[in-house]
Order: sequence, then structure tokens, then C-alpha cells
Amino acid sequence: MTKAAPLAAVSGTAATVAAPILSIRQVSKRFGQRPVLHGISLDVASGEFLTILGESGSGKTTLLRLIAGFEDLDSGEIWMGAERLDRIPAHRRQVNTVFQSYALFPHLSVFDNVAYGLRAKNTAQAEIPERVTQALAMVQMGEFAQAAPAKLSGGQQQRVALARALVNRPRVLLLDEPLSALDANLRRQMQVELKSLQREVGITFIFVTHDQEEAMALSDRVALLRAGLLEQVAPPREIYGEPETAYAAQFIGQTNLLRAEVKEGIATAGPIVWRTFGASGKATYSLRPECIRLVTESAGLPFANADVSGGRFRGRVRSQAFGGAMDLLEIDCGGANTIRARIANPGILTGEREFEFAATDAIRVREGEPE
Amino acid sequence: MYSRAYKAGVTIPPLLWVTVFLLVPYAILFCYSFWSVSPAQVILHNWNLQNYFQLLRNPIYVQVLLRSIRIAASVTVFALLLGYPLAYYLSFHAAKRKDLLYQLVIIPLWASYLVRGYAWKTILGSDGVLNGFLQYLHITHKPVEFFLYSPFAVIITLTHIYTPFMLLPIYASLEHIPRNLVEASHDLGSSSWSTFRRVILPLSLPGVLAGATFAFVLTLGDFLAPLLVGGPSGIMISNVVVSLFGAAYNWPLGAAISFGMMLLVVTLLLITERLEKRLVIS
Amino acid sequence: MTGGLQARRAPSLLSVYAFLVYAFLYFPIVVLLVYSFNGSGVGGFPPAHWTLDWYRQLFGDGALWEAVWNSVFVAVVAVTIALGLGLPAALALDRTNFPGKALFRRLVLLPLILPGIITGLSLLMLFVAVGMKLSLVTITLGHGTALISVATTEIFAGLQKLERAQEEASLDLGANHWKTFWRVTFPNLRVSLIAAALLIFTLSLDEIAVSFFLIGRANTLPLEIWSRLRRGITPEINAISTLILVFSIAMILLWYRLRTRLQHVEEARAPLVPASIEGETA
Repeated sequence: MTKAAPLAAVSGTAATVAAPILSIRQVSKRFGQRPVLHGISLDVASGEFLTILGESGSGKTTLLRLIAGFEDLDSGEIWMGAERLDRIPAHRRQVNTVFQSYALFPHLSVFDNVAYGLRAKNTAQAEIPERVTQALAMVQMGEFAQAAPAKLSGGQQQRVALARALVNRPRVLLLDEPLSALDANLRRQMQVELKSLQREVGITFIFVTHDQEEAMALSDRVALLRAGLLEQVAPPREIYGEPETAYAAQFIGQTNLLRAEVKEGIATAGPIVWRTFGASGKATYSLRPECIRLVTESAGLPFANADVSGGRFRGRVRSQAFGGAMDLLEIDCGGANTIRARIANPGILTGEREFEFAATDAIRVREGEPE
Repeated sequence: MYSRAYKAGVTIPPLLWVTVFLLVPYAILFCYSFWSVSPAQVILHNWNLQNYFQLLRNPIYVQVLLRSIRIAASVTVFALLLGYPLAYYLSFHAAKRKDLLYQLVIIPLWASYLVRGYAWKTILGSDGVLNGFLQYLHITHKPVEFFLYSPFAVIITLTHIYTPFMLLPIYASLEHIPRNLVEASHDLGSSSWSTFRRVILPLSLPGVLAGATFAFVLTLGDFLAPLLVGGPSGIMISNVVVSLFGAAYNWPLGAAISFGMMLLVVTLLLITERLEKRLVIS
Repeated sequence: MTGGLQARRAPSLLSVYAFLVYAFLYFPIVVLLVYSFNGSGVGGFPPAHWTLDWYRQLFGDGALWEAVWNSVFVAVVAVTIALGLGLPAALALDRTNFPGKALFRRLVLLPLILPGIITGLSLLMLFVAVGMKLSLVTITLGHGTALISVATTEIFAGLQKLERAQEEASLDLGANHWKTFWRVTFPNLRVSLIAAALLIFTLSLDEIAVSFFLIGRANTLPLEIWSRLRRGITPEINAISTLILVFSIAMILLWYRLRTRLQHVEEARAPLVPASIEGETA
């Protein structure tokens, strides 16, 4: 089995970047006795769409709030360009936030909401109407300028919140799970719009979410946060195709974790055996369901790609579920757990019969706490 | 994210006022309690503990203090007996009329003390409404004297005043009890009474404690009800203090008694606070 | 927490008991009201003939109106002081963290639980020590001080209901704390402030325990009534008491309605706020 060829680096696969617009250095934060962030370091490239991805409790919203200035850091530094950002109070940072609850001012019209930031910074009266109208047009809310926020739907409020933030031309836009309150269809639509909006205005977006599909769809890079530490920072394809840890492999997409014993180039995980270049000893491998092929058809004849190399194993199909383009199969191959596989048009395979399968790509991952 | 200037701006003004108009006066009270008064009615700054000893040694004061404690305890118990069932009814059985009934409780809570005390005065007097009523029905033939100007009158009046004070914290803690706990208890076969005893009552104890403290402390320090309806036999410790600041002119002694009361109140508060914490956790 | 369960029909004993407690709470009020129209005066039973004489007498009573005017004056200033200091105190308690915050809270809330006599006496000693003459000013200072605790509690409750994110949004957009307060916090807090003002106004009008010790030449309404009581009960007092009660009840109901209106506003906003926002710190 071979590893996928490394992708051309988009803006650096590591957490550091040349000439970052925002540089987070060793930032730690605790609430009372409870530590939330442990010395996080991360650079953000200018113009990129970075997503901070993590479960609830991982510290992602806290990190965002530290950048915005709503919390003070306990240790570390945040730099924006040549300035120390964490020393500047929230209202003077060139950073704007789109809140999860939108936080529109109910006592002001949509127009006044969007104009709020401009007025607060004493922008010239003459400029305001034009900029506000432009911002509202950008989010397709131009007709609602005089509306009251309470009368708008969730999706509409969200667009106004976006316009309100963008009109100020911040250097970085922070988005705190802005789509989580929307229903699935609206959410997908907004994802597309957000992405194209970001391309259009060219502002750096830092997006926080717990939804890995969303992160994969939108980002230039994903920063996976786990229990206050960065698990992996990489572009979506890389974090999906080459996860560094078991956690990353499991959190993003689905996977099978194989605990194998490696000896002189051969890895053995129960009934599955394959060749590898890894060092000898115990190792964990991530095998994605779509990397499993069916070798024999139900009639016992070899399948089309019978020359596919890779770890072979036999097993009975415990369950099979229709999943659109591919079926989701649970294969019992005598090992400790069942292997999950995604195979296109396999025919009905459930029953007592054993079939032969081939695993084409397993990635070696680290297990345990983030370093 | 709040700057030092902000924090200073919001804490200093109230702190300053409270220091000048609460802390400093308490400090002055404290100082006075160690002084004494000369026969010529001059305050002598001769620091000593005489006043405190007087309070504990003088049988009259001790008697009044004991009576005050008895009255405060009685009021607390009666207010509890009246307030708890009503709070329970309000929380568990009121449903549609809950809001209205709650407002009916709020009203006596905040309405004028003086007016209500006065009302009892007119009711309990020998020509009062109650006596008139009893005579009208020929239950009695002459006015019952002890209704007014007695500890009885004080207890009734203060029970009336402080029952709402008792009710609200109990109601609040009853409202906090998740209804599915009660349902679970019933589901497991527990009767209404048993559920009350084993689930609701223990969970409402913090509210009971808070209400009881409130009622006890405020009754103990009350001087208006005794003046209105207490008469000579209904005098409470605060009335002693009032007279010491009035006709009996002995400010230091009055200060000592007041400060003693304050210590008692603060101690009670700290104890109940700690108890409440333990109750809430368990 | 309290929704979802149909209130079960109460055992009849409990319902009757609840009714009786309400009856006890309102009995004196009703008596007062009825007898203020009673031709044959304050006591006795049953009330004889209906008359408005006592109310008519009130209107010609100059001294009483002067006392009313004094009370209103004191109340307005007391509201200003209490809100003016209660607002920063509430902000400090709700928003900021600083060493000694628990002590600060206890200090500000102390007058709520301490019997009025202690607050009244210690303030008296302060004024005597500084050589300030007792007058409406001293009464006003006393009310203001005592009522800061009520203001703080009410405004604190109102602040808790505000959506914190709105203020953060305002800061985020470039407005500093001062601007944010006036443009975002204050407009949303307005109803809370009005409600608190109503409550404090009413409490100040009815206040007697603290005022008792700080009275100079001019009387507030409760003190005027008090001094008349010493001369004996008259039905005129019933009449003015009834009026006070009616006014207080109206204010209290208004305060309550405003407060619960806030709750509904908060609940109406809730569907737009995902549940995960509350309490999530990641």
C-alpha cells in the first residue's frame, strides 16, 4: 500500500506561515481552576479561510474570543502584523465578529445595525449610507434596510450580522459557529455563499465550528483543536487523507482504526496483513471505508479490479445499508471489531457467505493525548 | 476585558457611599458601645465593656431579650406554618392562576408596614372589630383584653407581616425542583405524602432556611409592632434601645445593645449561608 | 423546569388551607378599607352606615398634604440615589471580577436583612457626629442608603436577562464601554430601571423604621400618621391608610407587570439563540 503523494502546500501545512496576518503564540487560558487552552501557537495567513474545528469543550470559542478581545489571555501573545493585539482593548482591534446568536441590536433597524460600527468610529456622515447599502447588497439584504431585526428569519439575521461586521473592512473576520442555528438546506446554501463572499472581499476569515463536513467544505486550512491543544493544522485534503493522529482520523470523516503489529515491513492487524515501510513495533493505522474494495463477486468470480494490490482479508457481511453513491457495509472478518466499508454497487452481500476484500490505503497515525 | 478604569468606575461610587453611610456609622455605633453616660447626661469616652455586661446581667434586659427571642421564634414558626403550604399550593397546584395568585402574595409583601400594623390595632382593640364581632355573635359579653397590648398581638401582627417574606424563598426553591423528580417518585410507587416527605421537603430546605432566617432576624429587631400593639407587656429588645435613645438617654448602652443585635444577625446569616451551601450540594 | 406537568388537582384540605392563608393576609386590609367608609368610626361590628366623610376630611387636612408632599420629594431623591448607585453596583457584580467581590456584595446587600433600627440608629450617630441637623435631607440620605440594596438586586436581575453578546458586538464594532452602555445596555435596561424605580418609590413612601430616627421638623407621610396615632385612632387615619394602600398596590402591580414583561421578551428571543450558547465556554 502506498501513501498518497503529498499535495502542493497551500499556505504551509504546519501551524507556522510566512508573513502571517495573525500570529498566536503560546496562548494559554483558564477559567477559574479549569484550564481551557494550553499554549496554543498558530499563524493565520492573509486572505485565507481558516477553520478552527473541535468538539464542544475543546476551547475553540475561547480562542476566538481571545482574538476578538472579549477575554484576556493568561499567558502568551497574539500579534497582528507588527502590533501586539492582545494589548489592545476589544473595541480598538481591527477585528470583527459574527456571533453565533447574531446579536443584532433589537432597538435599531437593519440599516442602523450595519451603520453602528461606522458611526462608532466617527466615519464621515456622507460615506455611511453608501457603504451600508453596499454591504447589505453583498449579502442580498438590500431590501431590508428599514426592517426591525426581530422580524427577520434566522438566515436573514445572519446575513445582516455578516454585513454589519464586513462593512467595517476588518483585517480579520471571526465567525463563531454562525451557521449552527440554520436548518440543513439553508446551511449548505450559506456555506456556498460564505465561501464565495470570502473570495470576493479577500478578507481573512477565521471560522469556528464543530461540524467537520462544514470545515472540509469551506476552508483553505483546518486547525483541529482537542482539549485545548492543536491536534493537526492542514488543508482539508491533507487532514483527511493524511491524518496525523487517530483522533484526527476519527473526528474527520469515518475510519477504521487498526491496531497492528509491524515486523520487518509486514503489518498484521488480526486477519488483515499488508506491506508497509513503517518501523517495527506496535502501530495504529487508519483505514477509510472507501479504501476497501470487493475482490470477489457473489458468484465467486473475480471482481473487475482483481489486480488491486493491498492487504487482503476475508469476511462475512453483517449488515449493508444503502447510502446513495455507495453502500455502507459492516464486515465481520474475525478481528476484534467489524470493518466498515463503502463500496459502490456491490450487490446484496449479507448472509453467511464469506467474501474477499482488499484494503488499498492505510495511514499510520499516532494515538493518545495531543502533544 | 474590562479595563481597570471600568472596574474602578463601577465599584468605587457605591463603595464610597456605602463606606460613608454604612461602614462609618457602624464604626461609630461600635465606638459608642464602649463609652458611658455621666449623670449629667454627658457622653464620656471612657472605653470599657460595662455596657455589654449590663446587657447580660440586668434581669430586666435579659427578660426582654428572652421574650424577644420567644416572639421571634413564634413568628418564625407561624409564618412557616402559614407560608409553606401556600407556597406549595402555588408551586404545584396553581397552574392557570399561578401568576394572579403570585401577585396576590407580592402585594402584602411590599405594602406599607405601618398601614397593616395599624389595621391590626383597629381589629384587636377592646372596641375593635374582633371584639365587636365576637360580641355581636354573643360569643363574648365583654371585650377581651389580651387581644391588644400583649405579646399575642405582637405575634399576630408580625406573623402577618413576615409570612410573605417566608413564602417567597420557599416558593423559589420549590419552583426549582424539577417536576420529573416528582413524577419519578410517583412512578416508583410513592404516595403524595411520601413523595413530599422524601423528595420535595428536603429539596426545599434551602428556601425554608432562607425564609426562616429572614423572618427571625427581622422580627427580633422590630420595634414598630410592639409600639403599635404591644403595650408594656409586649416590649421587645429594640424598644429598649429606642427608649435608651429617647427618654432614658443612654446612647452608649443603646449602641451596645444594637451592636450586639448586629453581631447576632451577621452570625446567624453566616451560619445559615454555610448550611444552605451544604444543603444545596447534598 | 416548571412547565410540562399538568398541575394535579389539589387535595381539598390544601386548597382550603391556602384560601385561609390568603384570607389571613388580606383580612386586615379589607377591614381597613371597609371601616374607612364606616360612619360610626373605627371599631365595633357590624359597620353601620356608609359615608365618605372621612375622605372629605382628608382633603381639608393641610398638615397631611404637606407630609405627602414631603414624602414624594424624599422618594424622588431616594430613587435617584438608589438607582444612581445601584446601577454601577449591579454592573460590578454582574460583569467584573475583582478581589473582595464577595465582601462588596455582602456590604451592598446588608441593609436588606439588617433590622431597620440598626441602619437608622447608626446613621443618626453619623449625623450627630458631623453636626448635621435632622431634616428631610437626613431622611432622604437614610432612604437612599437603605434602598441601594433593593436597586442593586432589581437591576442585577435585569442585567442577567440582557443578551451579553449584544454588548460584545458593540465593543467589537468599535464602540468603547461608555458608548456601549448608552447605546446598547441602557436602552435594553430601560424597562428594568423603570420597574426598579417604581418599587423603590413605593418603598420610600412607606418607609418608617429608618425614618423614625432621622426625623427633623418636617414629617413624611408615615411619620405624620404615626404621630397622630399617638393621639388616638381616628377614622381619618383609616381613610388615608386606605388611599396609601390603594396607591401602593397599584405601583406594586405595575412593577410586577413590567418585570414579567421582560421575561416574555427574553423567552421570545430564545428560539433564535441555540442552546449551546448558554454555558459553553469552548
